[in-house]
Amino acid sequence: MTTARFYGAGFPYNPLEEYPGKLVVLEGTDGVGRSTQITLLRQWLEKEGYAVSDTGLRRSPMTQPGLDAAKLGHTLNPLTMSLFYATDFADRLENQIIPALKAGFLVLSDRYYYSIIARDITRGADPKWARSVYGFALVPDLVLYLRTDISHLVTRMVHGRGFNFWESGMDIRFADNLYDGFCVYQSHLIDQFDLMAKEFNFISVDATQSVNQVFEELKKSIVKLIL
Amino acid sequence: MQSNTTHGKLIVVEGIDGSGKSTQIDLLNKWLQSVGKSVYFSEWNSSDLVKSTTRLAKTEHMFTPTTFSLLQCTDFTDRWENRIMPMLKAGAIVLADRYAFTAFARDVARGVDPQWVRNLYSFAIQPDLVLYFRVPLDVAVERITSARAKIKYYEAGMDLGLSDNKITSFRLFQQRIVDEYERMVNEFNFTVLDGTQPVQLQQKNVRAIIKKQLQGWEGLPTPVEAVRRDARQRKALAQSGQGNVQEGQS
Repeated sequence: MTTARFYGAGFPYNPLEEYPGKLVVLEGTDGVGRSTQITLLRQWLEKEGYAVSDTGLRRSPMTQPGLDAAKLGHTLNPLTMSLFYATDFADRLENQIIPALKAGFLVLSDRYYYSIIARDITRGADPKWARSVYGFALVPDLVLYLRTDISHLVTRMVHGRGFNFWESGMDIRFADNLYDGFCVYQSHLIDQFDLMAKEFNFISVDATQSVNQVFEELKKSIVKLIL
Repeated sequence: MQSNTTHGKLIVVEGIDGSGKSTQIDLLNKWLQSVGKSVYFSEWNSSDLVKSTTRLAKTEHMFTPTTFSLLQCTDFTDRWENRIMPMLKAGAIVLADRYAFTAFARDVARGVDPQWVRNLYSFAIQPDLVLYFRVPLDVAVERITSARAKIKYYEAGMDLGLSDNKITSFRLFQQRIVDEYERMVNEFNFTVLDGTQPVQLQQKNVRAIIKKQLQGWEGLPTPVEAVRRDARQRKALAQSGQGNVQEGQS
């Protein structure tokens, strides 16, 4: 059993004392290889006999259609985006993550709210305010932070899905093109993650290594948690 | 909340359903426009960007107190960033039918942490005037049940499981909201109005309060008013003999 701890007041109308599952978060910037690792981890954990549930940003059935539509337009301002994501996060936390944890699942979360506030703060939100929004968030059992640098990220993007509007932060226009925008925006995000690493006890993993090396390191941390 | 440093004026009405606040702000809006003020009106829960999500969550009963609170705040921020703030900066009078205090009352009545929801809205401006329409619960319930065909699920606070009966649940939920409003009267400097008085008398009081609030304040005039003002200024200049000098310079 894990004793439930929250970053703030949690859900006062629906208190959670403890839960038998484990909440493992994979954090890191865009294109760092999180989803590849989640797939590998899930296969491995299920082979070991653990019931796994996975979740990631923007997957709430309540907010997904609206949020996707909002991202296509041009009227989504930073504060609005910030709170729309917070709604998505809260919905998944209350309706997917916590129920799964209560049922004894190991929940693999592709990002947590740290990514959201890194983006909010890069867009000008007050760091203290951004953190206070997530006072309802559960403290994860383990946060694995896939750390990389811009040059490795660029290589991955070029040989992967290419550059896009949101991942280059074009809504705030750090530059007039996707490549420069990507470099500036992602550097800001990495700075925010580095700041949070200590504050939120991230376990940093060097994501510039091979997929297998990263996987082995992640496994090691998770084994320590579940044994 | 932040203090208002814009040229605009922010005036909001608050009160439970059936307190008569919407009637009063509507009359106020028309009156202010008729006397040449630039007015922008904003209603709670009216953002186009968030509308489809709210509708989905309401019909499917997907809300928890936290997601209800967060989505309404999303709605508010969209209106805040795209409408309310620019209008205030431009020097307009912004009239809001419900404001952050509605969230503080309802969301806390639903069980979220009072400090948490106050932090959510901490980027917003403390209005120049908060008109709180106080009515006994019975009066409000009577107005709502006689005027409207059906009280909606979340309006009645059915999500809280207070009662299986909609009217009973509505009463219990509204009482909690009243308690929260009353706690805020001093905290946020509400101007309390008696919502049981005749509509016309209330409006007279409202206008007197607004007049006092706007005394000595030069906001953004309407286009018609701007033309009139310019004409007055030209006339005054011409009469004082300076008009020709100015024309000569241009």
